[in-house]
Amino acid sequence: MPKVTIDGVEIEVPAGITVLQACELAGVEIPRFCYHERLSIAGNCRMCLVEVKPGPPKPQASCALPVADKQEIFTQTPTVKKARNGVMEFLLINHPLDCPICDQGGECDLQDQAMGYGFDRSRFHENKRSVPDKELGPLVKTSMNRCIHCTRCIRFATEVAGVEELGATGRGESMEVTTYVEHALSTELSGNLVDLCPVGALTSKPYAFEARSWELSKTESVDVMDGLGSNIRIDTRGAQVMRVLPRLNDDVNEEWISDKTRHALDGLRHQRLDRPYVRRGGKLVEATWDQAFAAIEAKLKGLDGTKVAAIAGDQCDAESMLALKDLMTALGSPNIDCRQDGAKLDGPRGSYIFNPGVRGIDSADAILLIGTNPRWESPVLNARLRKRYLSGHCAIASVGPAVDHTYPVERLGAGPATLRDLADGKLGFFEKLKAAKHPLIVVGMGALVREDGAAVLALARDLAEKLNAVRADWNGFAVLHTTAARVAGLDLGLVPGEGGRDVEGILAGCEKREIELVYLLAADEIDTKRLGKAFVVYQGHHGDAGAHRADVVLPGAAYTEKPGTYVNTEGRVQLGQRAGYPPGDAREDWAILRALSERLGKTLPYDSLDQVRARLVAVNKSFAALDQQAAGTWGIFGKTGALTDAPFASPIANFYMTCPISRASKTMAECMASRAHLMAAE
Amino acid sequence: MLSDKDRIFTNLYGVHDWHLAGARARGAWDNTKAILDKGPDGIIDEMKKSGLRGRGGAGFPTGLKWSFMPKEVKDRPHYLIVNADESEPGTCKDRDILRHDPHLFIEGCLVAGFAMRANAGYIYVRGEFYNEAQNLITAVREAYEAGLLGKNACGSGWDFDLYVHRGAGAYICGEETALLESLEGKKGMPRLKPPFPAGSGLYGCPSTVNNVESIAVAPTILRRGATWFAGIGRPNNTGTKLFCISGHVNKPCNVEEEMGIPLRELIDRHAGGVRGGWANLLAVIPGGASVPLLPKSICDTVLMDFDSLRDQKSGLGTAAVIVMDKSTDIVKAIARLSYFYKHESCGQCTPCREGTGWMWRVMERMVTGNARIEEIDALEDVTKQVEGHTICALGDAAAWPIQGLIRHFRPEMERRIRARTEKLAAE
Repeated sequence: MPKVTIDGVEIEVPAGITVLQACELAGVEIPRFCYHERLSIAGNCRMCLVEVKPGPPKPQASCALPVADKQEIFTQTPTVKKARNGVMEFLLINHPLDCPICDQGGECDLQDQAMGYGFDRSRFHENKRSVPDKELGPLVKTSMNRCIHCTRCIRFATEVAGVEELGATGRGESMEVTTYVEHALSTELSGNLVDLCPVGALTSKPYAFEARSWELSKTESVDVMDGLGSNIRIDTRGAQVMRVLPRLNDDVNEEWISDKTRHALDGLRHQRLDRPYVRRGGKLVEATWDQAFAAIEAKLKGLDGTKVAAIAGDQCDAESMLALKDLMTALGSPNIDCRQDGAKLDGPRGSYIFNPGVRGIDSADAILLIGTNPRWESPVLNARLRKRYLSGHCAIASVGPAVDHTYPVERLGAGPATLRDLADGKLGFFEKLKAAKHPLIVVGMGALVREDGAAVLALARDLAEKLNAVRADWNGFAVLHTTAARVAGLDLGLVPGEGGRDVEGILAGCEKREIELVYLLAADEIDTKRLGKAFVVYQGHHGDAGAHRADVVLPGAAYTEKPGTYVNTEGRVQLGQRAGYPPGDAREDWAILRALSERLGKTLPYDSLDQVRARLVAVNKSFAALDQQAAGTWGIFGKTGALTDAPFASPIANFYMTCPISRASKTMAECMASRAHLMAAE
Repeated sequence: MLSDKDRIFTNLYGVHDWHLAGARARGAWDNTKAILDKGPDGIIDEMKKSGLRGRGGAGFPTGLKWSFMPKEVKDRPHYLIVNADESEPGTCKDRDILRHDPHLFIEGCLVAGFAMRANAGYIYVRGEFYNEAQNLITAVREAYEAGLLGKNACGSGWDFDLYVHRGAGAYICGEETALLESLEGKKGMPRLKPPFPAGSGLYGCPSTVNNVESIAVAPTILRRGATWFAGIGRPNNTGTKLFCISGHVNKPCNVEEEMGIPLRELIDRHAGGVRGGWANLLAVIPGGASVPLLPKSICDTVLMDFDSLRDQKSGLGTAAVIVMDKSTDIVKAIARLSYFYKHESCGQCTPCREGTGWMWRVMERMVTGNARIEEIDALEDVTKQVEGHTICALGDAAAWPIQGLIRHFRPEMERRIRARTEKLAAE
């Protein structure tokens, strides 16, 4: 490891890093605008200049300079100070003085650095440059006068998002960041541009002029818009969620989040259930908690447990699902399911999680995607796959829908037949997978939410075995979930008990009047018409499909309004925190179930969140390990059986609207319209 | 003064046949195989001994540059790149080589390519040089047809292919790494160094970028010996050099001369003297637009080579001598150069993108005196803020002419400011 001296202090640093990174290790802060550790090095802002010996007698850009043994680095000399002051002056001469009306104010790199390197007055007596604003779609607002040409946005779009739609036209001071032909960016990650922009050139359009960063309370939490469980920070003002930002977690989302994660938040303000309702005379009328519980109690009276069923939704926290399961058990009902989409998953843990973890993608050297469009099912994970592709020597193929993954994917075929041929070694890609040290098989819901899902799962398992993809040092069998609640649901056993019915069975039972009461825990993705004459209790936070059909509505809390445990597609247990309180009479979901259980005389054995969590661990000890990921237990799963000819289709037809929150979001509707417009133009 | 027998460019003025036959009659392609038989290391040693310094402007020793290439071809091919994107204002030497003596140059490409173990060479020709590129392409074809290029070039057993690529008219593409970017089909923006082209150049392969003149003189040096070349000129500034004399002289011309020739002798002997006599001289820009100008007092005695001009805080650059007599509006002349650099800045890095425009605007005001005296200091400070802080040398090139102006003509700038202030006060 090379030894370098930074401002007179000797430090040993890993070989191959840059001078800037070495300085960070030594605790010496280097100002920068263009450098970003997850993007390629541009070296164009020139703010990070330092003096280096041995080296040329002029300051050097530390972001681009590799460290070398016995290097002496000076970050505080008059030369360095003068150079940085000079660069700062250059950046400011054409930068508008509109900080008071700029949304970046308070969290602007340029503003912050100007405190250290700026001048108190200007020597620039010419006119400032004016640059026309660009239209980048419904999420990113531009104010191009403020652009300092760091090219972070261009590099992000090109490298991470994989859409080569941003670039610079013009030369010298006429250089402009633009989309060439003006149109919205066709990426699901465009919101990250706003985070990356070090100035106020790119700001959030839905958040424009809404709040100042310093008036917001910040809560660290977990996203529920897809199965990845991106780490987020929820910024609130009073009860209102103002924005959602990514948190750093290299194991999960690095520092990116999808546009849905970031911008569906206005859906939290619309269509909310803020009080209980009871259906009277065919119409839902406002009720008190007591009246609502009474209605349920009356219906349940004398009802056999087998005529009661429960379905858990896709965004539920583990606590409420556990309470639901315990309540159903107490009522003697084996009819419970957390798989609204009918995915054929109920085996050992290794059969339903993304065993290698998101980090495993980085070491995979041949990847097979089965029945999935990760770009829509989990855009951030898709970016990780793209990152793996970019680092080279990784063949990627798919059996499934023909989609633009943002990286080249060899499409082997559309459906189960191709998968069988592959498993039989009849396709060339089999050899590539076989030769790989770390083969990765990603099974999407598109392959499992079908009648032959169990057979496809068995086939995928068979393939993994043949490839020796599951062994002590590597488990390359990866299930990509599209929902935030699914893994926790499976961990807690929210699948039909002995003689119980799954979702399909429950719905069929409703139609045949064999099921008389259905408890929907924020479950809106089922065909509510099939609920027939059954008495429906809907507990959730949005007036979506489930609430419309309900006979009793119990208002619950959305993910920003309750502390909750979520398990992501990797099987990683993460805690979400409460950023604000639910509206009106709405309550935390586990507590509603607990209160109802008491009313029904089946009191659940917990009175506090801590007690519920202790029970979680008792049910499945994987809940004891927070923020950790490991491959699940392997075993026999799936069911060998007949395969159909139907091609695999991604369960997500519309990325922007997948849940009650995003369906209630105006911003998501705008994104959809914008994307539809783009596609029509193509 | 250089004697005729020591001239390398014997068809500089295009009076003879530039095709293969004519070039051969003048000695080009004469037993090139014998040169190649010295082997790559032999050639590089000879070039080092000759003391040839790069003719593109920076004056980096050519032999040393060639020696930076890896000694063995491993997984990546080596490339020779020739920078024929001659765009420095005042410079027109490569152009005459390309159109009047292309074979001398092509032979140099083979020799240099062989020395750096490259099987392919790319010549990046300035976009505006249409006719020159046509001559070059014709000459390359002639060389192929005669077996001088291609498989087993000149019977040496070495395969060497040469490609001519025309640029699209950006000054910045004359910067070696921007040239590589442009050659790869990208926007011409300089790369960060390190890595240097010898380690990772064209398509990430070991590459060396040389000026046309540096390459074109190589075969003659190797034929006549390093000692001959090193015997011309002054120590560390050896050999012959093409000078491009333009501006207020009686007979503007290109001429091959000995390095270290006195500036006055160069102008008087070859360019017919300054218009109106030596006494009418105001200033000279000795090495193309990017080097600081020299006032007459220095021009009286200065020698034209790298070290002498550096000692005068100027530079030999491309040896494009721009002569300005006393009729010149010197501030306006430099302001025009500032506009050029503002126009040609690629916009990649901050100091150059923002600084060139600022400097030009202030210079425009200096022309009319529409400024305050302190702004001269501010302007000089801005040039210092640009200089040495940019990715490539364009920032330095934009700063130096202004620094030269302020160093030598500050009184004139102050006079204009005062005159305007007084005129406004009088009104």
